[in-house]
Amino acid sequence: MDSDAEDSDEEKITGKNIEAKSRALDRKVALEAEIDKEEMQRAGGHADEEDDGLVMFDLPTAEEREEEKKKGGPDVQEVQRRIQECARVLGDFKRYAAKGRSRSEYLEQILYDISNYYGYNDFLAEKLFQLFSVDEAIEFFEANEVPRPVTIRTNTLRTRRRDLAQALINRGVNLEPIGKWTNVGLQIFESPVPIGATPEYLGGQYMLQAASSFLPVIALGPVPNERVLDMASAPGGKTTYLSALMQNTGIIFANEINKARTKSLTANIHRMGCKNVVVCSYDGREFPKVIGGFDRVLLDAPCSGTGVISKDSSVKINKSERDFMLLSHLQKQLILCAIDSVDPASATGGYVVYSTCSVTVDENEAVIDYALRKRPNVKLVDTGLEFGREGFTSYRGKIFDPKLNLTRRFYPHVHNMDGFFVAKLKVEKRKKQQKTAGKDEPMLNGIEEEGAEGEVGFDSDEDKPIIQDAKRKQLKAKGYRVPPRKPVVAPVA
Amino acid sequence: MRPLTEEESKAVFAKLANYIGKNLVHLIDRPDDTYCFRLHRDRVFYVSEKSMRLAVSVARPNLVSLGTCFGKFSKSGKFKLHITALDFLAQYAKYKVWIKPNGEMPFLYGNHVVKAHLGRITEDTPEHQGVVVFNMNDVPLGFGVTARSTIDTRKLDPTAIIVFHQADVGEYLRDEDTLF
Repeated sequence: MDSDAEDSDEEKITGKNIEAKSRALDRKVALEAEIDKEEMQRAGGHADEEDDGLVMFDLPTAEEREEEKKKGGPDVQEVQRRIQECARVLGDFKRYAAKGRSRSEYLEQILYDISNYYGYNDFLAEKLFQLFSVDEAIEFFEANEVPRPVTIRTNTLRTRRRDLAQALINRGVNLEPIGKWTNVGLQIFESPVPIGATPEYLGGQYMLQAASSFLPVIALGPVPNERVLDMASAPGGKTTYLSALMQNTGIIFANEINKARTKSLTANIHRMGCKNVVVCSYDGREFPKVIGGFDRVLLDAPCSGTGVISKDSSVKINKSERDFMLLSHLQKQLILCAIDSVDPASATGGYVVYSTCSVTVDENEAVIDYALRKRPNVKLVDTGLEFGREGFTSYRGKIFDPKLNLTRRFYPHVHNMDGFFVAKLKVEKRKKQQKTAGKDEPMLNGIEEEGAEGEVGFDSDEDKPIIQDAKRKQLKAKGYRVPPRKPVVAPVA
Repeated sequence: MRPLTEEESKAVFAKLANYIGKNLVHLIDRPDDTYCFRLHRDRVFYVSEKSMRLAVSVARPNLVSLGTCFGKFSKSGKFKLHITALDFLAQYAKYKVWIKPNGEMPFLYGNHVVKAHLGRITEDTPEHQGVVVFNMNDVPLGFGVTARSTIDTRKLDPTAIIVFHQADVGEYLRDEDTLF
């Protein structure tokens, strides 16, 4: 349009009016520049965006968002577009961000939109969002909307995978082995018959089981004639897999706190022909008291289920900060009980595998880190799983044990299985020396103080470095990064 | 959890003998390990002695199951075999019945075996004899009691009942709540 106007102007140029014309043109250009500037400020855009041929993105302010809410929310496409735009801006903030808008404003907007678009509560959306980079987070949320593939596990106590596959193919089921990492898993694509009610299923030849729940059992790797504990076992997918790996020898204690769920657990154990299982119904925290001395313990801890949102979407709205606190507290209690139930002198084992179907850090790495600090005789070992992401060694200012990179995380958008976490711990014999060393120090101090001073009183200057030191230790214990110790000039009394 | 009394063992063994006859001794005298029967809350469990000794440490209210559940005693003192005993019955069964693929699902829904669905049957099976029911791929599906002897079945029409249904693996789904 502008060029057209200019063209028409140029045609009329004559020697007489050229000066006036050029002046007018200058004025016009200046005016246009001004308008442009205003427009840009209003739109919150950037010159580069127009160069890239992208639509200018208008980040709504907090007031605008409120207004939108009152009107009954924006339409879905608008929100989707906004999420994409925000992700783009956050991906290269320096280049795309509007002047005068901070990163936190964009983050706020994208979180608001994500919780709206995918139907999460604000708290959970933020918690999950923080786990990933922006683009990956959106992939994660997107993957939670799609169901995971149906998978089954061959019961090697009854049949072989090839025979089972053949039998199911004869029923018209379309299937394929899951992957190279397992030799018992089959993925079902489509089936004309209900896959949970075929004669093969009832005969105990396979178990309907998510691919992710193979992992902790593979990591635990029980061998025949061991004593194994499964602390939270219903509905028995992992328990029966354990039993199959042990070829029905040794003994497995399958514990499940919920009495109602022990029914399906027992039914599955009998259907799969596992004869070495004792089913009991205790609170897992009672465990070393009931019976200890296990070679291996599998703790598939009760969790928030943020990894299986595609299966159970009620998690999106019914989990609050308090739930996460309670759960991680319970998990910390359980993992200590699991560790204490292991026989450190076991010839073949001495392992604990901790797993959750959650992706949040405070249910996973934080719990393991806690266990490592509480039980010095425990160390992390490789899970033996050949894929999966490494666990976080630090997360949002918290620093965990550097060995936490040996744990494994699984994500729906990366591995096409439920979000999952697996850690394998080796329990060793307790060493007595460390404990006595810790006890000796305060004793010595006490003696010195008593000997040096007769009168009793407080010297705040003298106490200051001690208090500081204690605070520093406390922070460190909680996992925060602590600034290096300042050179304290010791006050001379 | 306690060992069976004399009467109880008699009831259990009588029921088992109906299906596996003299093979019953193989359940007691096993070459690999010593096995025993234990009663826990009117359920009878068949379990290796090693497992049993470890399971002793679980308190009675908390113990749900151990080893293999064979069946339960009714309030009137009769013993009823459960489908969970199928593994051992199938292994030692004296008389077997095989049913055709089109008869599998009707049987798994709890129906009797009719002659039209009968694939094979052990020769000289007497009348009212406990039999284990297999499909044609030799997968055990359940057990029952014959209505006629093998010879008599030849003369029957296709809709006549051959085996009275007693238990089938479909119960794992249908009766999960009452089975344990």
